[in-house]
This record gives sequence, C-alpha cells and structure tokens, in this order.
Amino acid sequence: MKYDVLIIGAGVCGSAVARELSRYQWKVGVLEKEEDVCCGTSKANSGIVHAGFDAPAGSMMAKLNVEGNRMMPELSRELDVPFRQNGSLVLCFREEEREKLQALYERGQQNGVPDLRILEQEELRKLEPNVSAEAVAALYAPTGGIVCPFGLTIALAENACTNGVDFYFDKNVTKIEKTAEEEQGRFRVFAGEEVFTADYVVNAAGVYADVFHNMVCETKLHITPRRGAYCLLDKEAGDLVAHTVFQLPSIYGKGVLVTPTVHGNLLVGPTASDMEDKEGTNTTGAELSELSEKAARSVTRLPMNQVITSFAGLRAHEDGGEFVIGEAEEAKGFIDCAGIESPGLTSAPAIGKMVARLIVEQRKPREKEDFCPVRKGVLNPAALSKTERARLIQEQPAYGTIICRCESISEGEIIDAVTRPLGAKSLDGVKRRTRAGMGRCQSGFCSPKTMEIIAREKGLPLESVTKSGKGSEIIQGRNKDRLSKEEKK
Amino acid sequence: MKLYDVLIIGGGPAGLGAALEAKRNGADSVLILERDRELGGILNQCIHNGFGLHTFQEELTGPEYAARFIDQVKAEKIPYLLNTMVLDISPEKVVTAMNREEGLFEISAKAIILAMGCRERSRGALNIPGYRPAGIFSAGTAQRLVNMEGYLPGREVVILGSGDIGLIMARRMTLEGAKVKVVAELLPYSGGLKRNIVQCLDDFGIPLKLSHTVVDIQGKDRVTGITLAKVGPDRKPVPGTEEFYSCDTLLLSCGLIPENELSRGMGIRMNPVTSGPLVNESLETSIEGVFACGNVLHVHDLVDFVSKEAASAGKRGAEYVLGKREKNEYSFSLQIRPKGGVRYTVPAVIRPAYMEEEQIIRFRVGDVYKNHYISLYANGKRLVHRKRPVMAPGEMEEVKLTRQQLFDCGADSEIIVTLEEE
Amino acid sequence: MEQRELICIGCPMGCMLQVTLSSGEVIEVTGNTCKRGDAYARKEVTNPTRILTSSVRVSGGELPVVSVKTRSDIPKGKITECMEALTEIEVTAPVEIGDVILENIAGTGVDMIATKSVSGV
Repeated sequence: MKYDVLIIGAGVCGSAVARELSRYQWKVGVLEKEEDVCCGTSKANSGIVHAGFDAPAGSMMAKLNVEGNRMMPELSRELDVPFRQNGSLVLCFREEEREKLQALYERGQQNGVPDLRILEQEELRKLEPNVSAEAVAALYAPTGGIVCPFGLTIALAENACTNGVDFYFDKNVTKIEKTAEEEQGRFRVFAGEEVFTADYVVNAAGVYADVFHNMVCETKLHITPRRGAYCLLDKEAGDLVAHTVFQLPSIYGKGVLVTPTVHGNLLVGPTASDMEDKEGTNTTGAELSELSEKAARSVTRLPMNQVITSFAGLRAHEDGGEFVIGEAEEAKGFIDCAGIESPGLTSAPAIGKMVARLIVEQRKPREKEDFCPVRKGVLNPAALSKTERARLIQEQPAYGTIICRCESISEGEIIDAVTRPLGAKSLDGVKRRTRAGMGRCQSGFCSPKTMEIIAREKGLPLESVTKSGKGSEIIQGRNKDRLSKEEKK
Repeated sequence: MKLYDVLIIGGGPAGLGAALEAKRNGADSVLILERDRELGGILNQCIHNGFGLHTFQEELTGPEYAARFIDQVKAEKIPYLLNTMVLDISPEKVVTAMNREEGLFEISAKAIILAMGCRERSRGALNIPGYRPAGIFSAGTAQRLVNMEGYLPGREVVILGSGDIGLIMARRMTLEGAKVKVVAELLPYSGGLKRNIVQCLDDFGIPLKLSHTVVDIQGKDRVTGITLAKVGPDRKPVPGTEEFYSCDTLLLSCGLIPENELSRGMGIRMNPVTSGPLVNESLETSIEGVFACGNVLHVHDLVDFVSKEAASAGKRGAEYVLGKREKNEYSFSLQIRPKGGVRYTVPAVIRPAYMEEEQIIRFRVGDVYKNHYISLYANGKRLVHRKRPVMAPGEMEEVKLTRQQLFDCGADSEIIVTLEEE
Repeated sequence: MEQRELICIGCPMGCMLQVTLSSGEVIEVTGNTCKRGDAYARKEVTNPTRILTSSVRVSGGELPVVSVKTRSDIPKGKITECMEALTEIEVTAPVEIGDVILENIAGTGVDMIATKSVSGV
C-alpha cells in the first residue's frame, strides 16, 4: 500500500496531524499497534489544558503550549469535545518560596500567557475555599482548562477518518527502511506481514518514538517512559475544587495536582517514576500512597475513600526535556513528533498544524474542497430537554434503555459509539466514547450488557468480545465445557 | 401526570415484599418500577439454595424464592414496569423514569418505597495496585455471567474477600469446571456465613487465607497472576510475605454498598455507617412518606430478613397513604445510640406514639464477640439483656423492644444498644 | 471413641457441633440448637449429602439458560458425576419451574428439576 504520508501512532498527536493533513488532496494513513485510537499516553494523563507558564521561555514547548491553549476553545466546539476553561492555580506553601512563584509568573508573561495574577490568601480562599490552610499565595491562570483526553483524541481521529484518512489498527510497525528508488516512496514500513510505502513518515509513537527514529537516523533519541499514577474520585467529590490546583515544585518534590474533570469527577495525580518498560502502566502500592499524601497538602478534607479507580500512564520523556518536532536531518521525509510529554495534550492541536505545515510547504498539495472540519460526538441525551429526550426515545427506542446505571448511559449511545466511524470494538473503546462503565461501580453491572451490544452490532460471538483488544477476551469459555469425561481422558 | 398511592422503586425481594403488604393493607394503586428485564432482582442470579427457611420453612433457591413473591404480586394484580430506569425522584415525590415503550415520563405518588438494593465494591474502590487487564470481576458480575448467561469468566481463579457471594462463586466456578486456587480475606475472620465456608470451600478443598490481601495484579491484556501478602493488625501488607499465584481471573467479593443515588438526589438524610437512609420506627426516611427497606437501607445477609423488613415498610406506607396515622404529629422521639461494638441500628429513631406492639431493632457489630450480651437501655434502665455465644460483623443481629417496656420505664431521652461482657 | 467437630449447614446460624462416634456409630451429638443439627451431624459423619444447583442451556427461550437443582439432596461424593451428567443437557423452552430436566441424575435416584420458568420466544 502506497501513501503520501504515513503516521505511526494514533494518539492525540498522530490524530491531530492526521486531521490537519486530511485538509489536502493526498493519501494519508495511520498505523496503530493497538486496537483503537487513544490507547497509550493519550488515554492516561491529567486531561489538563495548560495555560503555558511552565515551559522555559523561548522553548518549543512554551510556544506550542500557548498556541494549543489558544486553539482549544474553537477546536472543542468544532469537534464537539468536552472542554472547560476552569482556570488553574499554582499553590505556594512557604513564604520563602514566593520567589519561585514570582519567577513562574514572569515566565508565563514571557511565554505570552494572558491574564496571569498572583493571588494573596484572602482572594485565594474566596476563589477556592477548600484549598489547604498552608497555602500562602498562588499563581492564577484563568486560561488554564480541562478537556476529555479520550474525547479530544477520538474526535481528531474520527474527523480525519471522515475526511479520508485510512486508519489501520493492530499494526505494530517492526521495521522502517529508506528506499533506494524514490518513485516507490522514500520509506518502506513493515507492520507484521504487511509492507507500506510512503514519501513521508510522521513518527508520533509516544514512548516508542525513539525506537522508530533510531531505525532511520544515526543521531539517536532516547525516551524514558516516566510513569504517572492517578486516582479518580467519585462525582460526589467532584466539586471539592473548581480550578485545577497545582503545587509549586518545592523541597517536597514536584507535587501533584488536584482537578475536577470535564465529567464532574475529581482527579488526583500524577506521580513520577522513570522506568525502562515501555508498557509498564501498572500502579504500585507505594505510588498510590504517595498520591494521597501529596494531594492532601493542596486541599483540605480530600476524600480518598471515594476513589473509584486508579491508573497509570507513561509520559514520553526525551533526554533533552524538550519536544523533538521536525524533519530528521539524516532522513529526509521522516518527521519526528517525539518527546511529547506534558504539555503534550494541550500542544497537540498546534503540533498537528506545525507538522502539517512542514510537509505541505515541501509538497504543496491541493486543498480538498469538501473538507469538513465539524464532527458531532456521541449524542448525550442527558444534555437534552425532557421533551427532546422523550422525542428521541420515540424515534429511537434504544435511547430509552439505560445500560450503565452509574453514568446513565443508554443503549442508543453505546450503539452510536460502536457503529460510528472508527467505532469502538471493545469494552474500553465503548467506555472512552460514552463513559459506560466509568462510574462508581466500574462496569460491574453494565459490562455483561455492553458485551452483548458489541457482539450483536459487530456480529461476533460473545466469547470474542474483549476489554481492550486481542488477548483481553472477557469470557474464557462456556459452563461445563471441560467437564465431559472424554476430554479428561 | 398519573398519581399512585404507593410507588415502589425496585422489583427485587424488597420491592416485591413491600408492594404486597402495601396492597394488602389497603393501598389501592401500587406500581413497581424495575430496571432489569424481569422481577426478582439479584435473586435471579443466586441459583444456589438456602433461601426461605424463615419465610417458607423450606430451603429454596434464589429464583424459587423470587417466584413465590412474583406469583403473589401477579395474583394481587399489582402492576409493574420492567426495563424501566428511574432517573430522578423529587422531594415532592414526582418520579422521572424512562423505558423504550413509554419514553421519558413522570409519575407522582403519595408514598414512595425505596428498594433499589446495593452494588459491589469495585477494584478501584479497593485501590489494588497493579495492571488493569481483563479478568478482574466483581463476584456478582461473574455470578451473572455464569448463572444467567452460561459463560465462564475464567479458568484459574483467585478470590479476594470471603463475603458470601465470593464463597458461593468459589463453589459455582469449581462445579462448572474452573480451578479456584485460593480465597483471601483481609480480615482475621470471614465475612461470610459459616455454612458457606463449609459447603463452598471445605467441600472442594479450597484454601481460605485470612489476614491476606492482593498487593499486585499482573498481566497486561489478561490477568496472568496475582500476588497475595499477609497483612498485619493494621491491615497493611507485611513485606516479605508475598506469594505469587498464577491465574487468569481475580474475583472481588469485598462488600456491598447500598445504591442511594436517587435517595441522595431527593435530599434524604443518610447514615454514614450504613450508606443508607436514616429511618424511624416506620422505616420512614427524613422525607415524610418516603420509606426504605432491604439492601438500600442496610446490607442484609439473609433475604428472609429483607422480606420481613419490606413487609413492614409496605404496611407503613399504606397506613401513611390511608391517613391511618396522623401526619406530622411528632409527640416525641427517641434517638437510638449504638455503643460498645454496635456499629449502627435500624431504625435510628423511635417515636413511641407510632410504634407497633413489638419493634425489631437490627444492627451489626464491628468485631467478633464471644459470649457477650446484647443490652438495651432506656432512661438508664436495662430493658434487654440477652446472651449471644458468638457475634460477628458478617451476621446481622437483632433485638426486640415492646411498646409496653418503653412506657413502663417512662423513657423520654435516648435508647442505647450496646454489647456487654456480663 | 472418636470425636469430630462440624459446623452445621442446616441454616445460617452455623452451630458448632461435636459428634461422638464409636466404631462408626454415632453415640452423641452436642452443640446443636435444633433437631436439624442433630440430623445433619449424624448424616455428615456417615453419609454426607448436598443439594446440587447449576444451570443448563435453553434453546428458543427468552433467557439463554435455566437454573436447576436436585429435588432432594444427593451423596456428596456424587457431585462431580452429576455435573458431568449435565454437560450435554440442553432443554427447549418453555420450561416451567419444577419441570424435570434430567431423571435419576447419575444413578442417585434423584431428579434434576428447573428452579425457574423460562417462556419461549
């Protein structure tokens, strides 16, 4: 299969690049090793749209962060993604550390973050009453926000797909070769049995970006998976804070954040531990206790008994500590999108634009006349008025059956998630698209029913329904299937 | 908007029992709203026997026990709606519900009986570290898959938590051809009934490891193993005691939580110990005319007691609707204070004026107590003093109090339920 | 004289029973609260029995499986054989509660009966 551009990785960066490239008349493909989009770093992070005061002035991180932050309001409207500009606070716990807070403020000014202010005790308490009594001051960034990381990634990918980008799943790229004859495309990309060719390869492979870069370049990259564990709390705790509350890096370490999520839960995290295993997304007891301790510094009465799930994600930390974005000098046409750690989610829309611009300027493709930037998400009946909802159920009775009690998700929404472009194939896929199973019972009640719907809509036997792709089948057999005397012998 | 005398939220054992007694005590229009595809609630998946000794003097399976009540509901011509989800109940007793046929609709009621049952504590709530692969189920989810769908969720199983559902599932999965390697329990005693340990574990040689917990889950796609460790008196894992078990499935049977989203939405006052509503002697919540019974009120271990409690709620609901008791008349009320090992009581308040001849007070203890007395004090006088050879957190206790006893001692402040050594 | 300790499974109380045996014969049962405990103890040390419950597949029904039980208790040692006897069983809807699903299961003389009704579709 020959492509003008092949993107490796269907995370938020790969998807953002794919969507930008889908504006033009050429062939674009995405190769993803997992069964769905948004299965790596993009699915397990803070979901924060950073204001942009963290990264060093003049860095690529700083520039793309601020640009991504600016793009987010309109982009989320276009793509129907849950996003809220809730503002963020960085807490300073000791008078001695005020200088650091001031430095952060000044860095934000240099980076072009609008409306930054330093708040004193009284104003801080008024804005955020549950903030710890220890906090002496805070940096306030009204442009900080929160977004649904699955929502954003899936929307970008779906929109790219609708505009003609081909997505391949369960395609683990094992080898990339530079070709001799240019007319065949400059790269041969091997994924299992299949071979793809492309003039451009965009390396958006998250924690694996160094592996692919190093296949074609002598100047090596090195990415360390930096694990961050999180705890998600029940919606009952969701309004403990209204803003995203960070801690000023201090003698106690980097600190963790406490934030509401766009869906009304409370999120606490992340820890930071460097590791070698690029699939090491497990949590440890030590990390989980560290979280509780650190988060309790920010907020009073943090109800850690309301945790409904904990998880860990891997941030792709490149040794340089900076985004590595651009054409590799030793491999023309190979575009890196590497080292995309925080603020990667915020920057992704800007990264998409930057990478697309780079290729477009070289290739000068024609724009599509029928490019459609608008995407509608899975219909949320809870957002409708009672009359509208009643009419919807009349027209489509599946919206009248609730499958997930905790999040009030109907069969109609699950069918939508399964049948739409790049639709869900697994329980986790449904969860990321509809929230079914993401509530306080963590899919105890709804998983058997959701499995049935997936099996029915996909025409599969129930046994082959998975949690998250091949190897994660939920059911292992039928009752008594190994009881018969013959088999025993 | 349709107006009902008594609206029952939930068609499990509590809802069925309440509906019957509401009807039999004179409530004209009673309606049951059930979210699942059939009446009977969780009994439908409890296909083991052991239900009904108190109610029917015989041992029935869950579906049989449910059928006895469903038959009576049908004989009484009590209407019910299946596959119907209640989205919201207002404090004015207007219920918003929906289903495929009728769409989104509102109905109102003079009295509402909450009978939504409970749910299981999830892996997340237990905060077990490790990977998050397929193969981690709550025992109840596995029970539904095996008993109602006919599928085996796993071949090699470790069970965390020795609650009754976990014990029952150890036997069920063994019988259906899975290998249950071990049942681990965080506490130094089992949360399940003794007879379930005998006939679900001992019968099949399944080891029970007390004071143990899961400290790691391995496997990226599907569970490949778990690590157990011994816990100290502080219930924290003791380093160096880790033991690996290879398995493809981890079942969790670590407690049940009353499902009170709707109750909280109405603004009903809750008991933080039970996670259920605070109720008075009539099983009435802090909102007049709204009653609660069964596992939504506090988690029971025997369905027979649920039925008994539900009958009482149904009767009180009907009496409320028929004006058989004077509304808002609140002569005085006695708070019941749990003390000395008693974790909570249901009811939490008794208004002697509304008491029946005999009042049952149900409670749970916080630890294992041997040869202790259950004592009940009113006005400083000990009204009840009853010896129990063994009491454990897994088994609900009860104490009875008569109206006469209260009148005789002239009780006017609080009632204390406590455990005493002599 | 042999002493054995049992936990009664007759009801949820779970009484601790002490059984005194002499050359296989039960001499005395203590610790029981009711007659059922005595009966259970005598049976458990000589010929232990259990009620077996399971489920079997249903074709053409509104539910995929129907729950079943042995009408009365069967020897404990026969449980595995009874489960094996159920492996090939599939019944056709409608099924009524109490219907015999399998007669004289594994030669125990006890029938397997449905514990739930499943109507046809």
